[in-house]
Amino acid sequence: MAITVFVALWWLCVVVFHIESYVLPSPAEAVQAMVKYRYPLFTHGMATLTTTLIGFAIAVVFGLFLGVLVGSWPLFYAGLYPLLVGFNSVPKAALVPVFVIWFGVGTVPAVMTAFMLSFFPVVANIATAFATIEPELLEVMRSLGASRLDMIMKIGIPRSLPFFFASLKIAITLAFVGSVIAEIVAGNKGIGNVMLVASSNFNVPLVFAALIVVGIMGVGMYAIFDLFERRMTGWSVRRGPSIETSKG
Amino acid sequence: MSFINIVDVDLAYSGTDASGFSAQTLAVSSANLTIEHGEFVALVGPSGCGKSTLLKLVSGLVPPSAGVVKVEGKEVTQPLKTVGMAFQNATLLPWRNILDNVLLPLEIVQPYRKTFKRDRKVNRERAEALLAKVGLSEFANKMPYQLSGGMQMRAQLCRALIHEPSILLLDEPFAALDTFTREDLWGVLQDLWSFRKCTVILVTHDLREAVYLAQTVYVMSSRPGRIIKTQSVDIPRPRTLDSTFQPDFVDLVQDLRHHIALGKRS
Repeated sequence: MAITVFVALWWLCVVVFHIESYVLPSPAEAVQAMVKYRYPLFTHGMATLTTTLIGFAIAVVFGLFLGVLVGSWPLFYAGLYPLLVGFNSVPKAALVPVFVIWFGVGTVPAVMTAFMLSFFPVVANIATAFATIEPELLEVMRSLGASRLDMIMKIGIPRSLPFFFASLKIAITLAFVGSVIAEIVAGNKGIGNVMLVASSNFNVPLVFAALIVVGIMGVGMYAIFDLFERRMTGWSVRRGPSIETSKG
Repeated sequence: MSFINIVDVDLAYSGTDASGFSAQTLAVSSANLTIEHGEFVALVGPSGCGKSTLLKLVSGLVPPSAGVVKVEGKEVTQPLKTVGMAFQNATLLPWRNILDNVLLPLEIVQPYRKTFKRDRKVNRERAEALLAKVGLSEFANKMPYQLSGGMQMRAQLCRALIHEPSILLLDEPFAALDTFTREDLWGVLQDLWSFRKCTVILVTHDLREAVYLAQTVYVMSSRPGRIIKTQSVDIPRPRTLDSTFQPDFVDLVQDLRHHIALGKRS
């Protein structure tokens, strides 16, 4: 519904204001470009998807690890958190040339950028989930002789799952942004590279077709995580009728 | 030697005072308690008087600043593994059903931990028996949010008892419940205690609750908390709600109330 309205508005603007297709193509032209360039769009799309997912996967593993660390030990919270916030404030696009100097042109800088952009939400969410465990619960666990590992495995991880999935949804979209930026700045393949080449040829419909492809991939990944979230953290949503029996 | 001995115990929390200097707040001051095996003890007093702190001292979660806490003749230096705890908030794990919540201690505490997987069936039966005891048989497979506050508290009591602790520490367990539910749960707790015969220390600000449940009621003064009155309760068991309207019950409650008022003033 919302998408239909958006496309209609887009189309309306193009028609009403007589916008040339090298400025803003109509949706139809974008779709035509998608069909016409379907083969390169597909291969480069897959390249971007791979890059994004690798960067994202590293971000998730790293983010989980760091999040548990920062959330479980006040010392790490005090010491690492400001550093992480500082890191996250650095514009990642500015780092791409540095990565190119370090790793050369190609996939590695894109993976790095995707990782850099997407790990922070994971860390922040996991750390918050761990740091806000109810103190009474910790006392119960401590009095049972639970180790740190017990606390993390039995309380921390399950409790942080809803936060974790929320962060995955943010992180995956940021990972796409990261890899496409890197491909535009210093890529030799991928959707970002397609966009760069297309815009330098004034093939604006192709630029938009590429944008649509990125958008579709993002929505697709988002939907997958949403599905996982529903299956794994149903308890936090409290769907379904709760039974109201007599008190006590 | 009694089961639990608390000898001249002080506890000071360090923090910062209003002007930002580090200061020590004395939460408990020269507390002396002896609790027998299987005794039901209640601690009452104005809020903030260090009742909960005393519980933490017994459980070993907090070391005393001065004095000695002994359980079974041994000084408590680290968290005891033979205690069960229940709090005002039910603190059930929302992602586990009631049965798995009750089983949690067995996954952690030794010696059950070693054989938890192997004894799955036995453990399950034990948990179910306990749940039946508090009237939650049909709710074993429900999630915590599907239960009322009182039912969650019953489940929490089961969780506190599943590993057969010798000491049960209850920190205002029924404070968040409505009066009817609370009075129901007094009965439930009395049954559990007479069935398990573990030592119970109950912190409460409800004097009727204290007199209904306990053999000995300790009254604490406001901060720094010291014990200003020890009152034994000889009302025959099982006590019922009717007992709470008997003259001797009412007198006891009145007397305790008087002592608490005195404790506030001092």
